[in-house]
Amino acid sequence: MAAYQLVVNGVARTVEAQPDTPLLWILRDTLNLPGTKYGCGRGLCGSCTIHFNGAPLRSCMLPVAAAEGAAITTIEGLSPGGLNPLQEAWCEHDVPQCGYCQAGQIMTAAALLRDRPDPTDAEIDEALAGNLCRCGTHVRIRAAVKAAALRLQQEASA
Amino acid sequence: MNPASTPLTRRDFIRVGSLAGGGFVLSLALPGALGQPAGALDDTARIFTPSPFIKITPEGIITILAKNPETGQGVKTSLPMIVAEELDADFSTIVIEQAGLRDDVGAQFAGGSRSTPDNYLLLRRAGATARAMLIAAAAQTWNVRTGELTTENGRVIHTASGRSLSYGELATTAATLPIPDERNVRLKDESEFRVLGSRVGGVDNPAIVTGAALFGIDQRLPGMVYAAYEKCPVFGGRVIRANLEEIKALPGVLDAFIIEGTTDITGLLPGVAIVADSTWSAFSAKAKLRVEWDERAAAGHSSAAYAAQAADLARGRGAQLRHDGDVDAAFASAAKTVEADYFYPFLNHATLEPQGCTAWAKDGGIEFWTTSQTPGPGRDLVANTFNLPKEKLKLNLVRAGGGFGRRLRNDYMVEVAAIALRVNAPVKLTWTREDDMRHCFFRPAGFHHLRGAVDASGRLSAWHNHFVTFGYHSTQSPAPSAGMSPDELPARFIPNYRLEQSLISTIVPTGPLRAPGSNGLAFVMQGFIDELAHAAGRDPVEFRLELLGEDRLVPPTGGRGVPYDTGRMKGVIRLAAEKSGWGQPLPKGEGRGVAFHFSHQGYVAMVARVAVSPAGVLQVKHVTVATDVGPIINLSGAENQIQGSVIDGLSMAWFQEITYERGRTVQSNFHDYPLLRLGDAPEIGVHFLQSDNPPTGLGEPGYPVVPPAICNAIFAACGKRIRSLPITKNDLRWS
Repeated sequence: MAAYQLVVNGVARTVEAQPDTPLLWILRDTLNLPGTKYGCGRGLCGSCTIHFNGAPLRSCMLPVAAAEGAAITTIEGLSPGGLNPLQEAWCEHDVPQCGYCQAGQIMTAAALLRDRPDPTDAEIDEALAGNLCRCGTHVRIRAAVKAAALRLQQEASA
Repeated sequence: MNPASTPLTRRDFIRVGSLAGGGFVLSLALPGALGQPAGALDDTARIFTPSPFIKITPEGIITILAKNPETGQGVKTSLPMIVAEELDADFSTIVIEQAGLRDDVGAQFAGGSRSTPDNYLLLRRAGATARAMLIAAAAQTWNVRTGELTTENGRVIHTASGRSLSYGELATTAATLPIPDERNVRLKDESEFRVLGSRVGGVDNPAIVTGAALFGIDQRLPGMVYAAYEKCPVFGGRVIRANLEEIKALPGVLDAFIIEGTTDITGLLPGVAIVADSTWSAFSAKAKLRVEWDERAAAGHSSAAYAAQAADLARGRGAQLRHDGDVDAAFASAAKTVEADYFYPFLNHATLEPQGCTAWAKDGGIEFWTTSQTPGPGRDLVANTFNLPKEKLKLNLVRAGGGFGRRLRNDYMVEVAAIALRVNAPVKLTWTREDDMRHCFFRPAGFHHLRGAVDASGRLSAWHNHFVTFGYHSTQSPAPSAGMSPDELPARFIPNYRLEQSLISTIVPTGPLRAPGSNGLAFVMQGFIDELAHAAGRDPVEFRLELLGEDRLVPPTGGRGVPYDTGRMKGVIRLAAEKSGWGQPLPKGEGRGVAFHFSHQGYVAMVARVAVSPAGVLQVKHVTVATDVGPIINLSGAENQIQGSVIDGLSMAWFQEITYERGRTVQSNFHDYPLLRLGDAPEIGVHFLQSDNPPTGLGEPGYPVVPPAICNAIFAACGKRIRSLPITKNDLRWS
């Protein structure tokens, strides 16, 4: 066991863990942030996507020892003041079925929109290609990302 | 503490309500009132609780109980909508509370697309009874006749005097009134519906998009420990010995022990449990586990061996399940005949949330937080396995990250119970993805040796099917979900029909997957009908409409089951053809395919449009689905179920196959059991033919038509006939 200094959702946290513990389980079990989901444990499904210094990352593949010093954002910290446009669009388009993958989808989409405020369909498909949805909400995910992008553009030009 | 029933979903953040009318209704939940546990409110005389389904406080908080397990099929939203409709309350202001397993709300399960048909009248009556009592309370308050009163959006209105009272203001008076016989309470005319048929967003959406603790895997209890469970990779194998001392010495591990288990394949299977201080400690210790298993059952059980046995069996005769007319004579006089072997593989449900459960053994009983689709049978299984009285078992029903039939079985409940009974603390069992992929009640594979004939007039005249399927340790009776009804289409619709069946004995556990039976059979029947249509030189839509014949109810053979309404089926076929532009020219390399199927009381037709490049690359461009399940409860949820069925069906048809070697599952994770990626999703047109038949469920009937519609479109595009799934095993190159 060793102590690790993490910055999660803007808050400094010290956690005791084995160095190979994936950040996913630190978030879920140690820090009680269950929004980041376990789906595959091998970086295949995207359910555990977080932002690591702003970039989307699979937290099931990141040892806690490698997470020290980075700015880590989870779905719980994505928009602490209320829903962000993606979360609103997800509700407006009633995207979820079971909902299990959706936090990961939103985290990936949020990183996409930060880099590409006006993404093409192909860019949306590519960015979210690694986020699996077992229920098949694909067409609604696409529509919600586009709606959120539009809203962000309107806000930017307002 | 009870995390499942705490209304986390509505507390502390803005709630997104009804999407009806294009609006986006935001309302702030009242913190104090909702934060109180439900049980504390129930006993108060001030609260109006005319049934378990409805609770109205004097402060105006209306709570509706969501009775069935929510697995993503939308019943936590749609069933309360039915209550709210008859109650005549604004759905966006209602608090939805998930029920635990109880004995006063009717059967609680998520299966067979039964939630809507089984609960529609029950829940309408519950809402209407409450509304009648609120009207009676207002009549008493104002000393007027009930006939002078109307309701709207949670208020009783006396139009003559211009007075109105909210349901909250009437709650305490209503609570003193006798509950009328619900059968005598007037139900709304469907023309009066305001809630039903509208678009309502899922009630848990705000919690989902903010990452609130909601799912089975999210449960957390004070002092909770974490468990993993290793079972024999060979189905039915037992533990001989394991390196338990080594495992117990690993960091974070609290205990490791062998569970002897039972021989019930759906119950507690033998294995090794590891209890630790975190999920990761349990998982990493499990990876270091060395178990010597008794694997004697494995010999001869592989996908290759099954295929060889099926080929042998198909050459001979099987047990005759049905014979109509004179099949041999019809073949002798046929204008055209076609012979083909069809195959569909074993499948895993692959719910994105792996199986697992949380349990706390205390006071001679166990409390569960379970994602089971069948909590009642789950409780029975635990009671029988551990010889515990049912009343000492409490089940909280927690949102599941997908079900698809996997959670109809309750193996994870007895596993966690066995661990909880040994550990003096709450325990959460989580399966790894690899556990989940390898240990399933798999959709059984099926082999169909088919012969079909068309007569000189181009009509389907004879059909012979030798169906080779599986028995669980049996060659006499089909394994769960491996059988086939002798009424399966085109039986009953053609004069000469023969169905034979042979069984391969397997050790593989099988069970229902979304639209069980239908999910494989529709591919075979609708594919082969397509082959015969082309052999006859007929349009595939016209050929199918002719097969169904006049509009009529075709009864099930022997009177068991539901009749087949050809008019409803022809209606959705015509609608799908019309909306898809059936018959309009397409570029070279593109094609349309049609399929229809009746299951779970739903009539569904689909037209797919695909492109196949000369290099054999498939692109599914557009899918049109027409469905008749009667009136729609929640239009948004209903469309979501159909869209999801299409995507799910595409994943299944295109990529998915479970295989076995040496008695164990080969696949282990999403790299070798893929799901459709976003870029491969087609546009999907969803159309409901809202007939005035009683409403039925939508979780399942949209799924079976997908593989045949896609495969028939591939044939139309490039001339390659897919007779074996998944599509990726087929060479689609053409020139």
